[in-house]
Amino acid sequence: MTTQRTSSAPPAVRSLPVKQLLLTLVGWSIALIIFFPILWMVLTGFKTETAAIADPSFIFSPTLESYQAVQARSGYARFAMNSVVVAFGSTFLALLIAIPSAYAMAFLPTKRTKGTLLWMLSTKMLPPVGVLVPIYLIFRDVGLLDTRTGLIIIYTLMNLPIVVWMLYTFFKDMPKDILEAGRMDGASTFQEVFFLLLPLTLPGIASTGLLSVILSWNEAFWSLNLTSSKAAPLTAYIASFSSPEGLFWAKLSAASTMAIAPILILGWMTQKQMVRGLTFGAVK
Amino acid sequence: MRLARHFPVTTLAAAIAVVGNAHAQTEITVATVNNNDMVIMQSLTSVFEEAHPDITLNWVVLEENVLRQRMTTDIATSGGQFDVMTIGTYEVPIWAERGWLEPLDGLPNDYAVVDLLASVRDGLSLDGTLHALPFYAESSMMYYRRDLFEQAGIEMPEQPTWDQVRDWAEQLHGSEEGVAGICLRGKPGWGENMAFVSTLVNTFGGRWFDEQWKPELNSDAWVNAVQFYVDLLGNYGPPGASSNGFNENLALFSRGNCAMWVDATSAAGKLYDESESDVATNLGFAPAPVAETPKGSHWLWSWALAIPESSEHKEAAREFITWATSQEYIELVGETNGWTNVPPGTRESTYANEQYSEAAPFADFVLDAIQKADPTDSTLEPNPYIGVQFVGIPEFQSIGTQVGQSIAAALTGSSTVTQALEGAQRATERTMQRAGYIER
Repeated sequence: MTTQRTSSAPPAVRSLPVKQLLLTLVGWSIALIIFFPILWMVLTGFKTETAAIADPSFIFSPTLESYQAVQARSGYARFAMNSVVVAFGSTFLALLIAIPSAYAMAFLPTKRTKGTLLWMLSTKMLPPVGVLVPIYLIFRDVGLLDTRTGLIIIYTLMNLPIVVWMLYTFFKDMPKDILEAGRMDGASTFQEVFFLLLPLTLPGIASTGLLSVILSWNEAFWSLNLTSSKAAPLTAYIASFSSPEGLFWAKLSAASTMAIAPILILGWMTQKQMVRGLTFGAVK
Repeated sequence: MRLARHFPVTTLAAAIAVVGNAHAQTEITVATVNNNDMVIMQSLTSVFEEAHPDITLNWVVLEENVLRQRMTTDIATSGGQFDVMTIGTYEVPIWAERGWLEPLDGLPNDYAVVDLLASVRDGLSLDGTLHALPFYAESSMMYYRRDLFEQAGIEMPEQPTWDQVRDWAEQLHGSEEGVAGICLRGKPGWGENMAFVSTLVNTFGGRWFDEQWKPELNSDAWVNAVQFYVDLLGNYGPPGASSNGFNENLALFSRGNCAMWVDATSAAGKLYDESESDVATNLGFAPAPVAETPKGSHWLWSWALAIPESSEHKEAAREFITWATSQEYIELVGETNGWTNVPPGTRESTYANEQYSEAAPFADFVLDAIQKADPTDSTLEPNPYIGVQFVGIPEFQSIGTQVGQSIAAALTGSSTVTQALEGAQRATERTMQRAGYIER
């Protein structure tokens, strides 16, 4: 076995640099294609409105006038704070509900567990506009329109199926023996979850949480329909710079850059954690 | 000691003062679009608040279609999220009829209702009562590059015809590198390509519906008008014309890429602004071209401020909308932002103002176009609806957008004009049958 591997090794080593170079090239090309719209948006934000609609060019005199105009017209900080509170609040609430339910489904399954999981996922298949009016009426009657609490509840409900599914997958990959050993040592269910399950699946929980934050941050339908001025997050901020009559590309790009900057930085800072979490247990 | 003895009383008094003040302060939420005139209105918030210290303004600015959906949801469910809504000539009569809007009778004398242009005022009224106050109004007209016309020896008549426009477009197409003979709206949508196509059909002698609400989209007038539009824009239009709306054409024309452009009068101020437009010094304008009839050859649209019935702050909202649509406000914008930036098309006094006429040479032209547009008589043969470039019924949004998509398909060559209009006719008939206008 060892001999065979050794004899086949040299050609593999010789072809590796070319293969690797090609793979790297393909990887970078795909990354560039995916990133290009974002790059163009960032560049457009530093152009004048006239330059923004002129023939596309990388060479231009950068200006901050769009950023100044955007900031002068509406307070970015208020929208950004709403986004932070709503995205992290809904993620916390979703994890709080999803961890016990995913635990129950992974370790104490019944004959209806699979069906329940599929049903949960099926709620994501309904176009949100289909339930807009009933939800709007409920929110109106309980006074949740244009409140952060209302958005947190909606985003929690929106992300719950995905969060439960992801956690369920991570928990299922956990060897049951570890939990059983804990139980034999006298650990309660609460201790089992907090001192064994959560520390061992932390990368998975972190990546689920990050995904939930990103989904909530980018959500536009509910935030545009359920808020007006007080609880409006950054998606509403971006929408306010679009117009069918008038030139607005540079301002819209500046506003969009400011809106995605926090989540982009968070993504960069946590990308290792995310990749580790998403591939957690994948090589078993 | 003395202070300590009086402390609870002073604290209580201060608290009452604060609470009293908080009660006196009324917050009103204004929903509007991101058009230039509304951005100026937003920037003048402090002027209004200084004059009305008991009212605070909250702004909700959204893209037109998003705003329309958002406001419709709120008003239909009595959500009460908005105290002032920015709506158009299309929505006002429909919403007013359903009792969704506060009637605006009993306006103060200094508001000068009679100063409002009659055609605009009528478009925002139901049974003679205003239900929204006009913020700005527009019609449509033709812009052209005078330099290209002079080079080609073409003289613009007082009233151009569509046949002449086709000949000029053929002559000027490609006369300079990257210059299209004509730019027109091609992007599908009831407020996009169909706003233009409806005026074209009107002047070709067509109408959307006969007097019994039967669609006439496969009539000769429609086929001729749409065939003319497809040929004109397909042969002499810019590349990718089917995805061009107002903004895209404004960008093309202001860069000098179109010899002619027929679109909203509200573009004039931007095209005259040398900081935004390369054609400012060569800009010519003419009335919207005509064919069989001048009726309905140019549209009428106004953005207006209305108070929904569900608002809890109607008095404060009324204070705001009367201020924002007043003569005083127009003068304020003229002084602070320049006279080319005043909201046009609403008041006779604006056009009587010499400063405005000097700054905006197109002013009388626009006034004439707005005054001549008659939404109650926009077609050669009689019709049962109100509107020049739209039909004032709730179903029109979906009908207009669907027909717009069929015509855009003909423009791109994926169907013929006849196929597109036959399909549009069938779809419109179905919608009108379902809505109960005609029998199945």
